[in-house]
Amino acid sequence: MKYFLTHMFQRKSSMGDRRFGLDQGLFILSLVILIVTVLFPILMIVIRTFFKGTQLDWRLFTQVVLAPENLSAIINTVRIAFMVTVFGTLLGLFYAWLIGRSDIPLKGVMKALFTIPYMFPPFFGAMAWSLMLAPRSGYVNKLFMQITGGTSPLLNINTIGGIVFVETCYYFPFVFLQVVSALERMDPTLEESARIAGAGQWYVIRKITLPLVLPAIAAGAMLILISSLSHFGVPAILGFSNNIFTLPTKIYQLINRSAGSFQGIREGASLSILLVVVVVAALYLQRLVLKTGHYDIIKGKSMRPMLIKLRGAKIPMLSISLVSLFVIVVVPLFMIFIVGFLKAYGLPLKLENLTMRNYQYILGQSKMVQDSIVNSLFLSVSSGIITMFLGVMIAYVVIKVKPKGKGFLEILSLLPYSIPGIVLAIGVILVWSGAFGVNLYNTIWIILIAYIARYVSFAMKSASASLEQVHYSLEEAARSCGATHLESLRDITLPLIRPGMVAGFFLIFLPAMRELTTSVLLYGPFTRTLGVAIYAINSEGNTVQASALATVAIGIIVAGNLALRFITKERKGL
Amino acid sequence: MSQITLKNVTKEFVTRGGHRVVAVDNFNLTIKEGECFSFLGPSGCGKTTTLRMIAGFEDLSEGEIWLGDKPVSIKSKNLYVPPEERGLGMVFQSFAVWPHLNVFENVAFPLRVMKLPKHEIRERVLSALSHTDLLSSERVYPSDLSGGQQQRIALARSIVTNPRVMLLDEPLSNLDPKLRESMRFEIKALQKKFNFTIIFVTHDQSEAMALSDRMLVMDLGKIVQVGAPDELYQNPTNKFVYGFLGLSNFLKVEAVKGNVFPKGGADMPIPFKLPVGVADGDGLLASRPNEIDISMDAEGGYPAKIEKRLYMTFCIEYHIKIGKQSIRIHTSHANVFPEGSDCFIHFKNPRWYAKESQEIELERTERQVL
Repeated sequence: MKYFLTHMFQRKSSMGDRRFGLDQGLFILSLVILIVTVLFPILMIVIRTFFKGTQLDWRLFTQVVLAPENLSAIINTVRIAFMVTVFGTLLGLFYAWLIGRSDIPLKGVMKALFTIPYMFPPFFGAMAWSLMLAPRSGYVNKLFMQITGGTSPLLNINTIGGIVFVETCYYFPFVFLQVVSALERMDPTLEESARIAGAGQWYVIRKITLPLVLPAIAAGAMLILISSLSHFGVPAILGFSNNIFTLPTKIYQLINRSAGSFQGIREGASLSILLVVVVVAALYLQRLVLKTGHYDIIKGKSMRPMLIKLRGAKIPMLSISLVSLFVIVVVPLFMIFIVGFLKAYGLPLKLENLTMRNYQYILGQSKMVQDSIVNSLFLSVSSGIITMFLGVMIAYVVIKVKPKGKGFLEILSLLPYSIPGIVLAIGVILVWSGAFGVNLYNTIWIILIAYIARYVSFAMKSASASLEQVHYSLEEAARSCGATHLESLRDITLPLIRPGMVAGFFLIFLPAMRELTTSVLLYGPFTRTLGVAIYAINSEGNTVQASALATVAIGIIVAGNLALRFITKERKGL
Repeated sequence: MSQITLKNVTKEFVTRGGHRVVAVDNFNLTIKEGECFSFLGPSGCGKTTTLRMIAGFEDLSEGEIWLGDKPVSIKSKNLYVPPEERGLGMVFQSFAVWPHLNVFENVAFPLRVMKLPKHEIRERVLSALSHTDLLSSERVYPSDLSGGQQQRIALARSIVTNPRVMLLDEPLSNLDPKLRESMRFEIKALQKKFNFTIIFVTHDQSEAMALSDRMLVMDLGKIVQVGAPDELYQNPTNKFVYGFLGLSNFLKVEAVKGNVFPKGGADMPIPFKLPVGVADGDGLLASRPNEIDISMDAEGGYPAKIEKRLYMTFCIEYHIKIGKQSIRIHTSHANVFPEGSDCFIHFKNPRWYAKESQEIELERTERQVL
């Protein structure tokens, strides 16, 4: 708050009143949109939790928080997130070091494989591992019981350990990508000068390399922590059957069980506040860690770093990496793909048991599935376009106009980043189901509003990155050539950031296409999304159809990613 | 003991396109104890690669490197001593000071690796800091210091172990010109005090000439010429060395029956005696802009025309046309002649070089990209 206030009063508009018209208009428009889409829902959650009518009332909150089943959900959430963070960080670090600093072969292939978990929603992984390691019906467990003749499964995925495993598989790339990029940007002479100073390889890793990439590790680890804390899909698919709940799944259960009753939503709101508190505490922790180390390690001429020779360990390391990548990345996708063609779940994976019937059903007969595909495409494209333009507008105001109140605008736009999707969904319900005279509940528009609020931070970050590359002298040069402010914006700035805008669109389109957490609370009879449809079919036990639909989703996501890659490559021509 | 010997040292790279590039081609070289020896050449000539092989950051493709009477790299015996065991000091162009350690800890690092007792570390670090004028910034972090000060940290860190050999990889090229000059003197002063051998890599010829006892000019991975700075300046073996060591004009000429005519015009021979053993044919007449006289007097001069006059701080620069070719002349500010007038020039110390082929030029530019 203090931060925001000082910014409110210290910042002066860089160009004075001359630009009042357009720039001031953009500022006010951005502010209004963000207040309505982001701030209102959050405020409503607080109000509904702590006020009954106009009266302050703590009872509901304490009652909800102290309920034993909710307490165990809190403990589970923190436990899972903590373990996922530790394992994900270690795994990510190990691979990052192998690829960034050792002479292991096939680096290109491995790096490409590492980005795959990034593309798919973790709940696909939960479905796939369920297919293999569900205690009685999982294929791997069945095979194991056949071989041993026993009745106890090899592994049970429907446990806390299983949830931690699947989330780790999908979240370790956060640390991996951060650290690999830090290692690649790092000036190799920083390590070389330590070698010359007499330090051996391990000493250099401990005293120089690790401390220098610590900010990257911390940033990646915090991303894992926050993602896991607010994650819904994996614990929902793996935990429900065994009565393992986390805060997000508990909130979902509360709302779902109450069937839209006000009391249920209020209880959900109370738990949401708890979840937000946990996430904010984690973010605060990140601030503390990151504050101590902000180094400029990108300097000097680009010399290839000296790679550490693995020698005898080369083949074992390579085998471990490839096998683990195969298990983490390839096997689950293959399982989903193959089960999508099965006549019935549980049949042996043989050619004669395969059929196209599932696809015929979901794509040809099921109205619900067809609706969901259309809905998801509509939502992803429209939220992608709207949010991307909104992000550009906000980034422009924050970076180039710099009005008083820029800090507030920036905080508002980055706020959804730390608000779990499930919490945002509750806020959106509270605001848009008649409380202010507009009732969008059960329509597609309420989902669109939630997506916009959810992804505005992505858009803002990506637009800021491209706008910061456009030096202000470029716009000034246009002005000195006689262009008006609007013309310089339209003819110089926008074309320059256009590739960034297209990439930004896909950064929203792709996660929106597979979104589950928010939509699962907001969907109505005719507004299911692709994620919701897959989740619903799967929970009803129609595993083969769910797998077939997931395969379709995988196809759409892969196509989108290929398009993104193609477009970001073209960017060179800028 | 701190003599450095390179025997048949060769380094080959394979580029992404599968192209084989010889970065360092069969170097044989002895750098004497206590000498300040420079590697000079354009970017991509292999000078940094050579230094990194001496430091131990690059493996050799062939050959041997000896520090004193101790071999550190012998390819044929697969002998390789890692950098940390070579006992060298090194300063990098990018300074390479560690941003997470303060000045004291940066300089103390090599001593901590050696696990010296605390008081000795403190003593030696403070002594190194006093030699580099950094005593007052002991507790400061590098990011709060200027480029010059950061390079001083790197210097202090490299002398704190009192190494016998110091490798300097373009240590001054990230500094502004004034600072660069004063740092030259500091490095020289440190060498005098500690008496280490210096290998200095640079692409700046005046830096190399000012600092070195001997220097090596290299091009396209090959040694072109080795010698004291004045030897090289006075007697460059080829066009490349001539051009690299100072401002130069290369007039395209043709020798006919021992007489030298400028290409593309003028039937009058230039008053210049072909060196013994040079046959008739095309060549280049090299001259330095400050070693040409210009006058309005026909006496002994070669007719030319003043195309352009530029008044500069240290001289007047004339662009002179000889036939269709143009050369530069630097004279004192006393000689002001109008643009467009005819004049006579007199080469004081011209040299004849054979023409360089197009392919060599092309390879040079390609290497700079690599």
